[in-house]
Amino acid sequence: MISTTRPRWHHLLIFLAPAVLIYSAFMALPLLDSLRLSFLHQNPDGSAVFAGLANYNRLFNDPFYKGPFLRAFLQNIEFFAIFMLVQNPVALLLAALLTSRNLKGRAIYRTILFAPTTLSIVIIGWIWTLMLNPLWGIVNNIIKGIGLASIMPKEGWLGSPNLALVVVALVGVWQYVGLPMILFMASLLGIDDELIDEGRVDGATAWGIFWRIKFPLILPTVGIVTILTFVGNFSAFENVFVMQGSTAGPDYRTDILGTFFYRTMFGNFGQLPDTSMGATVGSMMFLIILTVVCIYLFGFQRRLIRD
Amino acid sequence: MAEAQLKASSPSALRVRRIPPNWGYFFGSLASHGILVSYSILALFPMFLILINSFKDRQSLFQVPYQPPIWFSLVNGFSIINIGSTAGYEQVFARADVISYFGNSLIVTTVSLFLILLTGAMASYALAEYQFRGNRFLALYMALGIMIPIRLGTVSLIRITSALGIYNSLLALILVYSASGLPIGVFIMSAFMRLVPSELKDAARVDGASEYRILFTLVIPLIRPALATVLVFNMIPIWNDLWFPLTLSPDVKTVTSGLSTFAGQYKTDWTALLAALTLAMIPVLLLYIVFSRQLIRGLTSGALK
Repeated sequence: MISTTRPRWHHLLIFLAPAVLIYSAFMALPLLDSLRLSFLHQNPDGSAVFAGLANYNRLFNDPFYKGPFLRAFLQNIEFFAIFMLVQNPVALLLAALLTSRNLKGRAIYRTILFAPTTLSIVIIGWIWTLMLNPLWGIVNNIIKGIGLASIMPKEGWLGSPNLALVVVALVGVWQYVGLPMILFMASLLGIDDELIDEGRVDGATAWGIFWRIKFPLILPTVGIVTILTFVGNFSAFENVFVMQGSTAGPDYRTDILGTFFYRTMFGNFGQLPDTSMGATVGSMMFLIILTVVCIYLFGFQRRLIRD
Repeated sequence: MAEAQLKASSPSALRVRRIPPNWGYFFGSLASHGILVSYSILALFPMFLILINSFKDRQSLFQVPYQPPIWFSLVNGFSIINIGSTAGYEQVFARADVISYFGNSLIVTTVSLFLILLTGAMASYALAEYQFRGNRFLALYMALGIMIPIRLGTVSLIRITSALGIYNSLLALILVYSASGLPIGVFIMSAFMRLVPSELKDAARVDGASEYRILFTLVIPLIRPALATVLVFNMIPIWNDLWFPLTLSPDVKTVTSGLSTFAGQYKTDWTALLAALTLAMIPVLLLYIVFSRQLIRGLTSGALK
C-alpha cells in the first residue's frame, strides 16, 4: 500500500533515528566491518595493513586452516541433514496428528511438545549430557531395556567418534521440534475444509488426502522451515559448545562452523586468538548463509507462492 | 415429500452418508493418541527426572534415580520414605551469585524488549505512514537483518563495544539484542500499521493531534496484537542466548552464561549441577505454562505473515 502523508522532516528524523541508529551501529556496521577486517592483516603490535584476499587464501590453502575448515563445513552439512531428516518430518507428523479433526486435548499436547523449545540450550545440553552419562546410566538402561545393548558405543555416546555428532544433533532436534511443529500446525489449520471433504467424497484415504491435498498446500511453510533450519544450523554453536566444549571432541568430530569460528576468534590450546582470521571465518559463514537465503528468496519462494 | 427427496439428493446429504462411523476411525484416533502420548513422555521425562533428582543427595540420585524425593512403601505396612535433600541448592547459592544472574537476565531482556518495541514502533510508523524519498530502501535495509545472524559480526562487535567503553557490560548486550530484534519487529509492526484506516488518523489530525500523539494514543493501542507477537518472538531468544554473554560480557553473567560457567566448573558435583539446572529451568517453565496460549499464538501469526 502506498503511504499518503507528506511528512515534516523533523518527524521523520525523530521517528526513524533511534531504530536506524541502533540497527546500523550494532548490526549492519559490525557485519560490514567484519568483512573489512577479513581483508586486513593484523600485525602483532596492533596495527593493520590491507592484505587483499590473503586471509581467504590462508583459509583455503594453509594446512593449519584448510583441513579444519573443510571438516567443520562438511560436519555442519551432516548436522543440517540430521535436522532435515529427523526434526522436520517428526514435526510434520506431530502437526498432522494434532490437526486431525475431533482430536481431544490438542492444546495440552501442543503445550507439552513445545515446552523444551522455551528452555535455553545450556539447560537442555546439560540435561542430556547427564542422562547420556554411563555413570548415571539413564539412557543406557533404556537402551538395554529394549534389547539394543549392542549399539551402545563403548566410549560412551558423546565420546564415540562416529556417533557423537549424531547424538548432539538429536538433542537439538529433541529441543527444537516444537517450532516447526507449530508452524506446520498453523499452516495445516489454514487449509479450507471443503477441499478435504471433496477428497473424502472421492474416496481418498487419510494418507492420500494428506499427501495429495494437504502437503502441496503447505509447501510454502515447508520452504520457510527449511530455510530457518539452515540458517539456525549454519550459525549454531551452543549445541556443540555446551555438550562437547569449544574443542568439539572427540578429536573435533563434532566441530561445526560456529565452534570453528569461536576457536579461530578466541584461540585455543596451541592457537593464538586471531582477529583477522576470525573475521574471515565469520565472513565466510555470512556468505554461505546469504547465498542460500538469496537462492531461497529469489528461486523457491516466488515459485512456491505463485502456485 | 418432494422437499425430502431434494434434500436426499443434495451433495451435502450424500457426503454425510458416505462417511459412516467405523472402526478404522476409532483405531486411527487411538494410534494418534498413542503417538502423541509417547512423544509427550519423551518431551517431559528428562525435565521431570532432573527436577526430582535435584532434591536428593548424591547417593540416592545414583541408587534410585526414578524415585521422587518423598515417596511411600507398602512393605511392612504403609510408610513414608523421605530421601529429600536440599544440599545441592545450598551449594549453588553458596558458590554462585544466582540472584545477580537472574537480575542481569531480567534487566537485559526487559530493556531490550522495551527498546525494540518503542524504537521499532516509531520507525514502523514513519515507514508505514509517510511518503518520502528512500522509504522503500530503508524498509529493505531494515528487513535484511531478519535472516542474517548478528553473531557473525562478533569480531567487530567486540571492537565497537570496546571503543565505546561498554564492553563487558549489560548495555552492550542490550544494544546488540535490540539491534538484532529490530528487523523482525519493524517488519511485523509496519505491516500491521499499514492496515490502520487513514480516516482515523486524518480525523485525529483535523482535531489538532500531533503526530506523536497519533502514534502513541491511537495507532499503538490498535496494533497491540502485533506488539505481542514482536514481544514473544524476541523474548525467548534474548533470555536464552549464550553467545553474546560469552563473547561481549564475559565477567557480567546472565542466567545462561552463569549456568554454563557453573556447570563447567562443578561438572562432577551432581547434586549442585542438578540444582543449578532446575533453578534455571523452573521459572521459564512456570511462565510458559501461564502464557503458553498467547506465546504460541504470537509465534505462529508472526512467522506466517
